[in-house]
Amino acid sequence: MATSKVTTASFDAEVLKSTTPVLVDFWAEWCGPCRAVGPILEEISDEYGSKIKIVKLNTDEESAIAIKYGITSIPSMYVFVNGEVVKQMVGAKPKPALLKELESFLV
Amino acid sequence: MSEVRNVVIVGSGPAGYTAAIYAARAQLNPIIYEGSVTAGGALMNTTEVENFPGFTDGVMGPDLMDSMRKQAKRFGAELITDDIVEMDLSGDIKILKDGSGNTVKAKSVILATGSAYREIGLVNEKRLSGHGVSWCATCDGFFFRGQTIAVVGGGDSAVEEATFLTRFADKVVLIHRRDSLRASKIMAERAKANPKIEFLWNTEVIDVLGADKVEGLKLRNTIDGTESEQAFTGLFVAIGHIPRSELLIGQITLDNEGYVICEGRSTRTNLAGVFACGDLVDHTYRQAITAAGSGCAAALDAEKFLAH
Repeated sequence: MATSKVTTASFDAEVLKSTTPVLVDFWAEWCGPCRAVGPILEEISDEYGSKIKIVKLNTDEESAIAIKYGITSIPSMYVFVNGEVVKQMVGAKPKPALLKELESFLV
Repeated sequence: MSEVRNVVIVGSGPAGYTAAIYAARAQLNPIIYEGSVTAGGALMNTTEVENFPGFTDGVMGPDLMDSMRKQAKRFGAELITDDIVEMDLSGDIKILKDGSGNTVKAKSVILATGSAYREIGLVNEKRLSGHGVSWCATCDGFFFRGQTIAVVGGGDSAVEEATFLTRFADKVVLIHRRDSLRASKIMAERAKANPKIEFLWNTEVIDVLGADKVEGLKLRNTIDGTESEQAFTGLFVAIGHIPRSELLIGQITLDNEGYVICEGRSTRTNLAGVFACGDLVDHTYRQAITAAGSGCAAALDAEKFLAH
């Protein structure tokens, strides 16, 4: 399935209360590496959408959440399980490297 | 895939795309691996490029790369947004494997993988990466609005980043281990005239302080060795680059810093049919225009090689 957009308003329901692991992609339009990793996250979402939900949070529009999680570099990709951050990845990575990082959530 | 291509280009900054433009116009039907997350190269993380000839009013780095990419495509270069993860360059037929597991064979290879950011090499620099330590001012400057941050380095990229970061930060302190900048005069003067930029000369960063986020830096004076601490909420590291030659170790002759060694003024490496260009070979100039020039030379060298 395609990735979806998450906002400050929907963060609680979409991320914190999700029953499946959620990868939140903190990104912004002006950030080159974010645009580079975007299509890779779409592919992973298409292939593994039943195991992990991938949502995109625009740090420009939704700065409250970005501040709450102390984001200072984008792209940052945080995995949430049961409302807790269980994994933090900073910087664009090629698909095989991302899949390896996410291995434990995709089985 | 059993088809043998004339030329495979690995990497896609100004060097890779220029090689692709020339090779495509020479009807060599090139295939270029742009990199899955590095397509466009280092200029993708810059803003205004003021010194690329032909652009009277400057051009945005990403726009320049997009134009080069389209120009390569226009002449028929095949663009693949993936990485090369393995290369066997020793034989007459070069064998390369991409990140999706596909194999491509070619009679010649042009290496244009550029360079990666150099790290200071501190444990806490790595630990706090993404929590105040950054390598990309254009990506992350926004998060430091109204704050006091440090940029370490003294070259063009450090000065460009410091200047860019004053759009957001209240104060930017440029920390440099020498007493003068290596950056071009015009950029250095601009930074010195900027009231938000302060300079800490003869100073090196020896530790990054903070539990969960950057709270300060431990500094050492390079002349008298005195150590001090100063509060910062962000650290941008711009101390240069290292060539991305890790896949070439053991195959291609590299110098002791990892740059590919070319024969004389050519782009020929020690292996027949393998050419190298751009930041991967360049200790000295490291400009978009010199990279483009060497990409052109690599395509011409490859064309000549293929004709024999």
